Amino acid sequence: MFESITKNLNEAFSAFRIGGKLTEKNIRDGLQQVRQALLEADVSYDVTKEFIDKVAEEAVGDKVLKSLDPTEQVVGIVYQELVNLMGPVDHSLAIKRNDVSVIMMVGLQGSGKTTTCGKLARLLKEQGHRPLLVAADLQRPAAIEQLRVIGEQIGVPVYSEDPKTSSPLKVCQNGVKQAKKTGDADIVILDTAGRLHVDDELMAELEAIDRKVRPDQALLVCDAMTGQDAVNSAKTFNEALEIDGVILSKMDGDTRGGAALSVKQVTGVPIKFIGVGEQLDRLEEFHPDRMASRIMGG
Amino acid sequence: KPGEILDEEKLERFFADLIRTDMGVKAATAIVDELRTKHLGRTIVLDELWETIRGKLKDILTGDGETEWEIENPMSPINMAEEGPTVLLVTGVNGVGKTTSIAKLANYMHQNGKKVVLAAADTFRAAAVEQLTMWSQRIGCEIVTKESGVDPAAVAHAACQLAKEINADIVIIDTAGRLQTQTNLMDQLGKIVRVVEKQIPGAPHESLLVLDATTGQNGISQASNFSSYANCTGIVLSKLDGSAKGGIVVPIRQEMGIPVKFVGLGEQIDDFQVFNPALFVDALFDRGDVA
Ligand SMILES: Nc1nc2c(ncn2[C@@H]2O[C@H](COP(=O)(O)OP(=O)(O)OP(=O)(O)O)[C@@H](O)[C@H]2O)c(=O)[nH]1
Ligand SMILES: Nc1nc2c(ncn2[C@@H]2O[C@H](COP(=O)(O)OP(=O)(O)OP(=O)(O)O)[C@@H](O)[C@H]2O)c(=O)[nH]1
Ligand SMILES: [K+]
Ligand SMILES: [Mg+2]
Ligand SMILES: [Mg+2]
Repeated sequence: MFESITKNLNEAFSAFRIGGKLTEKNIRDGLQQVRQALLEADVSYDVTKEFIDKVAEEAVGDKVLKSLDPTEQVVGIVYQELVNLMGPVDHSLAIKRNDVSVIMMVGLQGSGKTTTCGKLARLLKEQGHRPLLVAADLQRPAAIEQLRVIGEQIGVPVYSEDPKTSSPLKVCQNGVKQAKKTGDADIVILDTAGRLHVDDELMAELEAIDRKVRPDQALLVCDAMTGQDAVNSAKTFNEALEIDGVILSKMDGDTRGGAALSVKQVTGVPIKFIGVGEQLDRLEEFHPDRMASRIMGG
Repeated sequence: KPGEILDEEKLERFFADLIRTDMGVKAATAIVDELRTKHLGRTIVLDELWETIRGKLKDILTGDGETEWEIENPMSPINMAEEGPTVLLVTGVNGVGKTTSIAKLANYMHQNGKKVVLAAADTFRAAAVEQLTMWSQRIGCEIVTKESGVDPAAVAHAACQLAKEINADIVIIDTAGRLQTQTNLMDQLGKIVRVVEKQIPGAPHESLLVLDATTGQNGISQASNFSSYANCTGIVLSKLDGSAKGGIVVPIRQEMGIPVKFVGLGEQIDDFQVFNPALFVDALFDRGDVA
């Protein structure tokens, strides 16, 4: 496991391997290798720095210095610390028992919100719920149609209004109202339009929906291939909405996915699910241990 | 300007700012190593070092002249067919902005008197055809569509045929988003290339890879794999209107030689520009909009 980190650490500790004594400096040099691995995995610079400082405290202790296999020790500490930081596991969605629950999906353009709405609806339906999808993206061409097709594929109704005469807030309010009135649905999932965190106007629109519709869960969908900017967008979305969880999409490729650690660090909210494909059954629960291995190039 | 001594702490600050652009550890380390070799322990003026770095990055992204184009003329980066329709293939991973970028390009060309045919060859994603169709209606250009699930190569084929029949100038092929690791889907791209080549000699004349500016180090593998299957001749760097810098195009240019040709700056049809290395590099280190 962790071939490349292990190889680099072994190199950094080579003095020790040929019979020398391992020094604190060797350990610090070794941690430079870890730092490089994290940056190559797209963990943000500041999060990496904080992480390495934290690991250093532990790694320069006697346990590593006197160990027969310092590489294994350091790798173990790094791995464990990554797992700790990305946990604890929490896949819950705050579903209410006797009332309609509302889940709001938010995120940057193209991150995977609409698809993930479909995936969640499918999962919840399988668990015996009656979800309703609400098409609150009145912006992107054919966004409503996209959600409608997805709804058809999984047999879940879609609430929508004429984009020419409605507004995102109205659609959300009316969608929830309809679910409450008819009693046909117990969970409403709001598919909001993609937006940039630096777009004040669109962020204000989202805040208004958040304030007036009061979703039980605001979930941020984050593209697993995101680089250093993940901290900026996640932080701003969280400040605006107090998000309740993160879903990492597009984990089916070969990205190391360091954005997971960045986003967890700056928001403090749990990563709940990962998207592992375009099909609507490609949603999995998030596992910090697997993510830690992946970030370390495992 | 008063000078300062360049020490390791200052070098680390250079490194941090370079990393934050997403150019990656290798490219950032090379720059910092050079600074260390030349200036460590010496008196320097920080602004001047930054100017040197920027100059270097601009050189890298400009290349050796063969890819210079007119900033004001969005047609200039496009390799046009000498005769008959010019075919543009647009590819990339999921959600990066392929369809929107196509609309922007098509609109510009249409406005400039070119006859454009769009090929809705994303027959997979929900409402992808409707999305491109809505754009074509707004632009007022031709579009070729088939039912969902049909072989995308068949759509590309039909679009090329139509283009020849009606003497169109440009065919732009929209493809479904796919991750570069999905070999069967990547093979499908290869098939599209072969089919259009048979229809129109030299096609596709441009193979544009769309990269999302927020993309991290995975962009390298995207560029390399898409190039293997679709021989990318240029990059469209989308979503540069956010706070992401898009620095991943630096190592891609260095290692694979693929130039950035266009940038996307928003969701609207006019939100795009010809890539301008100088503007791009200056924005790399502008942290004004970041908390
Ligand atoms: N490979 C892969 N593709 C995904 C995944 N989730 C979503 N996608 C694809 O990513 C692209 C964008 O997904 P959408 O659901 O349209 O994203 P969005 O966030 O709703 O986009 P906007 O509404 O335009 O902001 C589509 O091609 C999806 O099929 C995933 O987990 N893996
Ligand atoms: N802010 C911003 N958004 C953009 C830009 N280009 C595209 N988008 C948005 O990104 C989202 C995805 O764009 P699409 O054009 O559908 O992307 P795609 O690559 O065709 O997606 P798939 O076909 O699903 O793989 C949409 O919400 C677009 O409006 C850009 O330059 N800036
Ligand atoms: K993206
Ligand atoms: Mg959407
Ligand atoms: Mg598309």
